[in-house]
Amino acid sequence: MALMNMVGALNRAMDDALRTDDTVVLLGQDIGQDEGVFRVTADLLRRYGDQRVIDTPLAEGAIVGGAVGMALYGLKPVAEMQFSGFAYQAFHQVEQHMARFHNRTRGRYRMSMVVRMPYGGGIRAVEHHSESRETYYAHTPGLYMVIPSTPRNARALLLESIRSPEPVIFFEPKAVYRSFKEEVPEEPETMELGKAQIARAGTDITFVAYGAMMRPTLEAAEDLADTEGVSAEVVDLLTVSPLDTDTITESVTKTGRVVVIHEGPRTCGIGAEVIARIVERALMHLEAPIKRVTGYDVHFPYFARERAFMPNAERIAHAAREVLAF
Amino acid sequence: MPRKPITVKPKLEYLSILDGEGKVDEKLDPKLDADLAVKIYRFMVLARRMDERCINMQRQGRIGTYGPCRGQEAAHCAASVVMEKEDWIVPAFREPGSFFMRGWPLETILRFWGGYEEGCQPPEGVNDLPIAVPIASQTPHATGIAWGMKIRGAKQAVLCYCGDGGTSEGDFHEGMNFAGAFDLPVVFFVQNNHWAISIPREAQTRSETIAQKAIAYGFDGIQVDGNDPLAVYVATKEAVEKARAGGGPTLIEAVTYRLSMHTTADDPTKYRSQAEVTKWEKLDPIPRYQKYLVKRGMLDQQTIDEIEEDVKAEVAAAEERYEAARDVDPLDCFDYMYTELPQELVEQRQEFAEAIEREGHGHGH
Repeated sequence: MALMNMVGALNRAMDDALRTDDTVVLLGQDIGQDEGVFRVTADLLRRYGDQRVIDTPLAEGAIVGGAVGMALYGLKPVAEMQFSGFAYQAFHQVEQHMARFHNRTRGRYRMSMVVRMPYGGGIRAVEHHSESRETYYAHTPGLYMVIPSTPRNARALLLESIRSPEPVIFFEPKAVYRSFKEEVPEEPETMELGKAQIARAGTDITFVAYGAMMRPTLEAAEDLADTEGVSAEVVDLLTVSPLDTDTITESVTKTGRVVVIHEGPRTCGIGAEVIARIVERALMHLEAPIKRVTGYDVHFPYFARERAFMPNAERIAHAAREVLAF
Repeated sequence: MPRKPITVKPKLEYLSILDGEGKVDEKLDPKLDADLAVKIYRFMVLARRMDERCINMQRQGRIGTYGPCRGQEAAHCAASVVMEKEDWIVPAFREPGSFFMRGWPLETILRFWGGYEEGCQPPEGVNDLPIAVPIASQTPHATGIAWGMKIRGAKQAVLCYCGDGGTSEGDFHEGMNFAGAFDLPVVFFVQNNHWAISIPREAQTRSETIAQKAIAYGFDGIQVDGNDPLAVYVATKEAVEKARAGGGPTLIEAVTYRLSMHTTADDPTKYRSQAEVTKWEKLDPIPRYQKYLVKRGMLDQQTIDEIEEDVKAEVAAAEERYEAARDVDPLDCFDYMYTELPQELVEQRQEFAEAIEREGHGHGH
């Protein structure tokens, strides 16, 4: 075990993958000599050379499209988008090709590849650097959309994403990159994709969250326990598509009350899908209407307004009290 | 601090070996052996006859919208014939002869236009991508495949097709730029057929040629008479051999003409003149190549007739196999989404199965 932040843990996953599989290739802007703008690829160029850790010109479309070509050829590319806000220039490659090749060739070509990208607000960044648009990818059939929340699960999920035969979009909560440390095992560790986890067990209310929102959600759960003796269960989705419906509905069946939390805009957000599944499968167990604490349906504000805008523990606890009081 | 001209090192050529009358430039003639020369001819005829058949089948409602290749048979058949089995071809959608030459069954291509995913499944052992409908977004795939070859140290090359319209897309630029920056073994082959649906080549770019775009990416470009199979063959052969030897990418612009409609869904008389079409009909690649082969003693009337008969039978047989395999299970749209089907999709698949059963859908079309 070693105590590390999420940046170190993600680096460890890529190191594991590069060391144990010579078909793994990293590519992206400034990932080599500069070690990535967040240093997630630190020291990997030196250790694995420029045929495995490739600094590319500036073109998201050709990074993802090139990775598609590499995957067709039998490599396992891990492409980095410097920020998710610039991945739209590659969205057509994701939607038209990465998500489809396996299906349209009836299984002949696998898209065993990962596109990593930092997402989300909270780091006082310039515009286009703070959005949470996981819904775009969750709405695209054929992909896995994975979002870790802690150093340990980030390492395990990224390593599994690279080893998986499926195409994976891997969102990294950049607000969590260096915000806390966790013990991460030395030996390669993986976690199954498509599975949610109970991050905190409870009996009175269910919080469903993921990624950077896990921290304020857990904080709200602790506050409610301390101040009001409320026992909140927290579901960490980890994979937002395909969604692990069973873990969500089992929790809701037990608690009967739900708050769903995410940074991204509310309309057609992951929360909408979570609630639809609950309504379809556990409606009769609900004791109160479900509440959502999410980003509003507006453009993510420039960072002067960011702190007020982002969902926080107080807002989550407030929503929980309303649901509990119904 | 002077203001002075910058000298770039352009290497741009034009190549034509066989003129519209079938007369050959003896000095440039690659003197192909008879088997290869006739093979190219045969696939050009096969592409033409299959094309005609597809238009008929579309009119009869037996396949969907179809994008014909009439007039462009030399451009793609004489290019793809250069590729070895271990090489990769990345097509657009107007290269049927290329597929047939590489061993794709004719009915597989019929299935694509007939609305079946099975039309995108390459035969075992064939390193080709399927038809690409989104314009030029296959260009970075070709670059990525060539990148893989370079990383793995393989002596292979990629041939990547697109059209003149495709050269305006960002992906064309990005794919070419990356290929140049990493010196990759890929040949970009533009079938300049003069029309991107209704937009003429002149309105597509202010560049005088498409081939000259290569100069900006730091590699060689060549413009060839795309209706001259000898020129197409020579330019592609040189480019592919250079790529395999580590010489990097090449851009080939094959100047040809789409004699037919963009697809069966449009009417070209709305946007182009009959005079222009008539002019290009005189430059049809098949009769001129046939004349050359006859003059060279590689073809005679009897062989020409035999090829026509063989091709006719081949197309008819493919049509029968296509018709015989049209019953598919709609439920299998779930089966290739993932290597292992996630629980949610298992449930949706079951729901779909019940709906099919309830509504009484057959497996048909």
